[in-house]
Amino acid sequence: MVAYIIRRLFGAVLTLLIVSMITFGIFYLVPRWAGGTANDLASRYVGRTANPEQVAEAAHGLGLDKPFFVQYWDWLQAIFVGRDFAFGATQAHCPAPCLGYSFIGRNPVLPDILDRLPVTASLAFGAAIIWVIFGVATGVVSALKRGSIFDRAAMGIALGGVSLPIFWTGLVSLVIFSYTLHWTKPGGAYTPIEQNPGEWAYSLLLPWITLALLFSAAYARLTRAGMLETMGEDYIRTARAKGLRERTVVTKHGLRAALTPIATIFGLDVGLLMGGAVLTESTFSLPGIGKYAIDAINANDMPKVMGFVIFAAGFVVIANLIVDVVYAVIDPRVRLA
Amino acid sequence: MPAPDAFLDVRDLRIHFPTDDGLVKSVDGLTFSLARGKTLGIVGESGSGKSVTSLGILGLHNKRNARVSGEISLDGTDIVNADPETVRKMRGRRMAMIFQDPLSAMHPYYTVGHQIIEAYRVHNNVSKAVAKKHAIDMLGRVGIPQPNRRVDDYPHQFSGGMRQRAMIAMALSCDPELLIADEPTTALDVTVQAQILDLMRDLQQEFNSALIIITHDLGVVAELADDVLVMYGGKCIEYGSAVTIFEEPEHPYTWGLLGSMPRLDRGVTNRLLPISGNPPSLINVPSGCAFHPRCAYEARTGGLGTTTVPELAESGRGHLVRCHMPVAERKRIWNEQVRPKLEATS
Amino acid sequence: MTESTAGESVATQTPTKEALLSAQGLQKHFPITKGLLKRQVAAVKAVDGIDFDVYKGETLGLVGESGCGKSTTGRLITRLAEPTAGKIMFDGKDISHLGTGAMRPFRRDMQMIFQDPFSSLNPRHTVGTIVGAPFHIQGVKTPHGVKRAVQDLLKLVGLNPEHYNRYPHEFSGGQRQRIGIARTLALKPKLIIADEPVSALDVSIQAQVVNLLEDLQNELGLTYVVIAHDLSVVRHISDRVAVMYLGKIVEIADRESLYSNPRHPYTVALMSAVPVPNPRRREANQRQRVLLTGDVPSPIDPPTGCRFRTRCWKAQDICATTEPPLVVREGDAPGHQTACHFPVADNEEVAGRTAAA
Repeated sequence: MVAYIIRRLFGAVLTLLIVSMITFGIFYLVPRWAGGTANDLASRYVGRTANPEQVAEAAHGLGLDKPFFVQYWDWLQAIFVGRDFAFGATQAHCPAPCLGYSFIGRNPVLPDILDRLPVTASLAFGAAIIWVIFGVATGVVSALKRGSIFDRAAMGIALGGVSLPIFWTGLVSLVIFSYTLHWTKPGGAYTPIEQNPGEWAYSLLLPWITLALLFSAAYARLTRAGMLETMGEDYIRTARAKGLRERTVVTKHGLRAALTPIATIFGLDVGLLMGGAVLTESTFSLPGIGKYAIDAINANDMPKVMGFVIFAAGFVVIANLIVDVVYAVIDPRVRLA
Repeated sequence: MPAPDAFLDVRDLRIHFPTDDGLVKSVDGLTFSLARGKTLGIVGESGSGKSVTSLGILGLHNKRNARVSGEISLDGTDIVNADPETVRKMRGRRMAMIFQDPLSAMHPYYTVGHQIIEAYRVHNNVSKAVAKKHAIDMLGRVGIPQPNRRVDDYPHQFSGGMRQRAMIAMALSCDPELLIADEPTTALDVTVQAQILDLMRDLQQEFNSALIIITHDLGVVAELADDVLVMYGGKCIEYGSAVTIFEEPEHPYTWGLLGSMPRLDRGVTNRLLPISGNPPSLINVPSGCAFHPRCAYEARTGGLGTTTVPELAESGRGHLVRCHMPVAERKRIWNEQVRPKLEATS
Repeated sequence: MTESTAGESVATQTPTKEALLSAQGLQKHFPITKGLLKRQVAAVKAVDGIDFDVYKGETLGLVGESGCGKSTTGRLITRLAEPTAGKIMFDGKDISHLGTGAMRPFRRDMQMIFQDPFSSLNPRHTVGTIVGAPFHIQGVKTPHGVKRAVQDLLKLVGLNPEHYNRYPHEFSGGQRQRIGIARTLALKPKLIIADEPVSALDVSIQAQVVNLLEDLQNELGLTYVVIAHDLSVVRHISDRVAVMYLGKIVEIADRESLYSNPRHPYTVALMSAVPVPNPRRREANQRQRVLLTGDVPSPIDPPTGCRFRTRCWKAQDICATTEPPLVVREGDAPGHQTACHFPVADNEEVAGRTAAA
């Protein structure tokens, strides 16, 4: 098991390296292939009034005139030892772990992202709890009452839920519940949990429900399919033949097995959301990592985008790792194989 | 066939499944009875209704997709029309089942011990510790070495034979009076099969339970069964003592089963004598006698075979046959035509 | 030690003694890796050094219980797997390590029939496409077109040629197995390896397929290797039978000789375990039955010396130290080879159900 985890860790690091290299290549190499010079890149960071010498100096100071692999190496190294930049006369230091330095905002990227992590985490975990409870419960009932009115209605709504984009449901619900009925807080209102937990939950209520609706729909369908399959297994027949109560058969024997693949997907979904629920955060103007990324893209602030991509990829890779380990804990056949 | 000391009594059992393609009559008017300490072998091919019957006796058919009618009475208690909770309390305690493939029939996430403990505790109000002791005891009794250690193993850590032993331990944990074994050895190797059959025989004597063994393997039936019921297309087509069925069978389908099977206890035959055609679809069961399209003697019924379902009629003492041919003719064909061919060696 | 050297001087019933296929010291080990660097720590010795010949026109049966290596042997001789060691000669040529391309011409001559007629036919292809595929793959010209050739094949295996355009799901299990057989016959192979050809079928259908295989052999002069766990079916269909245990052949002989005078204790136990369809002999059978206890040992770490010794009632010290060679014993029929230090004699009282330990 330990060897397995170590091997997976190596794999995770390798994945991150490859992701960073590709992202780096897209941001720094592709513009050059398109004919852009180091000076063109640097000109974005020194203001409109700069003269060519200043631009060239900035390009040099920021390392944009170095070969690609040297630049990548500098970027990689900075994660462990930090890095110094020179904007003409001004010096800047990005302390380790340095995930990039915004040349526009003149500040390191990582602290910014970490500042916004609680917002994204609040959104992701809150929504996750709602959608797991709601989605799995709906799926189980649908599977047990297959073909009933409940099943058909639930699956119809689920189909709608999966197909409706969040910016649509989000905006519609904002209009109805916030601006018309005034039941929930308007977009952009976020209270940190340490200030006032009640307000925190209240401010996130609508984003949670909107985000959870999307995932509940998918989880209801997954759970239904999983339960239908599991309840047809031979061991369910055995459990009934033993005279177990139907409730025990469904929960202990059916659901336990049906939930295994769902736990896997759940881990990946939460990992993905932790790296920024881009659409939800934009729709509700929540100052999370996703909003940060959108703002960075709009501002064409490449180091920020780069930092975000690596950060988000890190969450996905870690979630993957956790899921694999958890899987082994849930299923003894994997554990002992 | 109705026995006064019958412990299990099945009368005119019908189990039908409405489907989009039509009504599937998996079991269509089955009647038999079984006494304590006796073994009934139910023989048939896929789709004959033998497994559906066993699930019906345990009351395991879902009312939503199966129509069960007729009478199943276990020691006087009706199962078909009883309230589900009553039947549930009987399942596992008074009647238990052993399934074909113990790997898929046991839950992969729970230890073998846990699954036996669960079966025991649902019917017995005892602590987990007591139930675990019982589970270890049961595993020991079915011949699993080091039961106090193996009790905490998962099913996939057992070999095929050991798993089937554990399955038997689970079925016997509440000392049931009726045990149904559905193809209990089909998934096992022949030397393991011999061990399991031996074990089942010993345990049946020890527990004096009624045993139904469902199989397609006539060899297994000959090893265990006192009486044999041959099913075809959801109906019993021949019933009799094991010796009668193997030595004086009268239904052409039974002849076909015997002729299809190479035997180690006789010299090598030149050719097997199979039944032509394929087992019937249960949606479009052939008219008249369900076996008539495959029957080599159909012409002798004078067209009756295609139009009328033959009655299950007594041919000798305790020997029932569902065939249009007159008894004397059936006996003559068996003795003069079929038996010599079966016994001919090259 | 091969059959041909052992039995050369004596004439036997086998029509020709010309080996179509010959396996010498055949071995297949599957590595088991462990740890960070996936070092090989052990190997599953699925097939561990076996010798046998398959003569032209005969049927060789390979029997044994699950895990004995019989299916791996089948995959080796059809070169669906590459042997770890040893040699496979087919029609006089060494095919042990040929690559996919070099094997291609040989694939015409050796075909395989699989156990499960449900999964071995592509559900999206018509019967015509499935049975005709070998012609296209091997680029074989058919005198009256592929369709005609396929319909002839369907007729040959007892299917309606008009069902050319139907899909596999429209057929029953037995008919699907016939489709599989028609496919293997398309290229007029010399050797057919059938791995559990009837075990997934209903009893009445099993007999139909067994008869069909026999008819085809007589008509087309085919050579069969039939791999099965059912000893009765193997006896019925085979000319010679090899019994495998834990990756080794423990006994190989003509059918009559093997079934009437089994020499290896494992063969004896195996045969005595087969339930006999005779309720009158029930008690007698139980008394004579050799009940093997315990499970087959792991092929990762098989017992030293004779592999069967851990479950054998005749085992003595030498069995643990020296592996018995597969040789013809004195007084046995020519070609009846047994790998045992203490073979069972005629009329020997073998341990009954209580004594076996």
